[in-house]
Amino acid sequence: MSKKILMKGNEAIAEGAIRGGCRYFFGYPITPQNEIPEYMSWRIREVGGDYIQAESELAAINMVYGAAGAGARTLTSSSSPGLSLKQEGISYICMAELPCVLVNMTRSGPGLGGIQPSQGDYFQTVKGGGHGDYKMLTYAPSTVQEAVDILYDAFDKSEKYRVPVFILGDGLLGQIMEPVSFKPMKEMPNPNTKDYATTGKHHGKERRIVNSLYIEPEICEPKNLELQKKYKLLEEKETLCEEYLCDDAEIIITGFGTVGRIIRTAVDDLRARGIKVGMIRPITIFPFPGEVYKKYANKQSVKLFLDVELNAGQMIEDVKLNVAGKKPVEFLGRLGGYVVSPEEIIEKVMEVIK
Amino acid sequence: MESRIVISGFGGQGVLTIGKYIVYGGMNAQKEVSWMPSYGPEMRGGTASCSVVVSDRQVGSPIVTMADAVVVMNKPSLSKYLPKVKKGGTILINSSLIDTKADRQDINVVYVPANDLAVECGSARSANIVMFGAFVKKVGVITYENAISVLNDSFAKKPAVLETILKCFERGYNLD
Repeated sequence: MSKKILMKGNEAIAEGAIRGGCRYFFGYPITPQNEIPEYMSWRIREVGGDYIQAESELAAINMVYGAAGAGARTLTSSSSPGLSLKQEGISYICMAELPCVLVNMTRSGPGLGGIQPSQGDYFQTVKGGGHGDYKMLTYAPSTVQEAVDILYDAFDKSEKYRVPVFILGDGLLGQIMEPVSFKPMKEMPNPNTKDYATTGKHHGKERRIVNSLYIEPEICEPKNLELQKKYKLLEEKETLCEEYLCDDAEIIITGFGTVGRIIRTAVDDLRARGIKVGMIRPITIFPFPGEVYKKYANKQSVKLFLDVELNAGQMIEDVKLNVAGKKPVEFLGRLGGYVVSPEEIIEKVMEVIK
Repeated sequence: MESRIVISGFGGQGVLTIGKYIVYGGMNAQKEVSWMPSYGPEMRGGTASCSVVVSDRQVGSPIVTMADAVVVMNKPSLSKYLPKVKKGGTILINSSLIDTKADRQDINVVYVPANDLAVECGSARSANIVMFGAFVKKVGVITYENAISVLNDSFAKKPAVLETILKCFERGYNLD
């Protein structure tokens, strides 16, 4: 690990991706993620890669599709409205089983909404923003360092499972400056060694075809079942979750992404007042760490759950599915670009334990 | 121990830079830190601000709603952030550009004629450095030695201006 340096989330994420092997970036500007393309525009050429500011989000995601098909390590980033435009391409990439990394520094919606932090894209990301039965390995980092470490391994994971890795951040994660350290540059795998890559250099061998069209149901169903098997494997192998002070907790506060770090402060402050609270923070939101919720829902000592999000209540559906009515699940949400404060969480806890 | 700070002024007054100096100082002292700019449809000549947290524990929310200390470099910032200083907290006011007084008795109010002092020191553009000096003296958060080391590091590539910068810092630090 190198010495810690102070860096903006967006820039640090770009550098993390570069260290993890990203060599092609395609994007289109939108606040609050503009520092990612800005940084990539000069940095990626230093490492022998290339950068294109596409003419639209549609073009950008399809450039990713093409580069990924040729075996490149490629990334695109955007913010909410931009991600809506990219959904068609994402669905195609998932059916074609190509690896790539996608970043969403979420802003508030619906529509053009606002540019301040929000988490309104949870449903879009994990419930399928595009068409068809697909999933992506989706991380929701809470700090800049966590985001950088996820990006560092994102391409390896993406190529291992042949699924896009999705980073669901928000404007706060993109704009904050925090000390961060980087691991050394990864060795780059040769695209020619990837058995799916259409590099055009395999004369005489079996044809490689990048495709998402399967007209015949007798081919399309088995293809879909293969995808589902892969998603099941992701659930078994890649689920990540942080449990903080949950052992003796009577109240479990839960939230994803940057809200996690705010919940942590609230938990510490409530503990200082003698209130037994803990936190469950899913690090992967697909696969969702449902088993962790089940475990605590079954615990006698746990009285209730409090779900905190910067939306009108999205992840709470997955929380409730796993708590399965065994304990009440309360909700605290902020909308439109307001970021919940530790004090608001504390106030809500005091209200629900009355 | 956690210090939550807001620094606000016109774009171009170096308010984001003051925030970074405090954060670098916090890092030198092995503290947990965060720096968060106000971002948005800011217009030229409009107000820019940043939230800075220096803490003994992992920083939760980097957004400062109630501040232990506030630095205001222009008049619109004063009316916006005066109510957001915690009771017993401190506000540093750039009295070169702000002619009104802070109407609160429950906080420490420090008037710093930052622009005038910067001109006296020979660098009209360094009002933020004067303010940084005053901040280190009146609010603390980072030590004098630490602040000097941050400025030395930040201006390592511009030795020609370092002397003036340090003069501005000392002028702010030795106010009164």
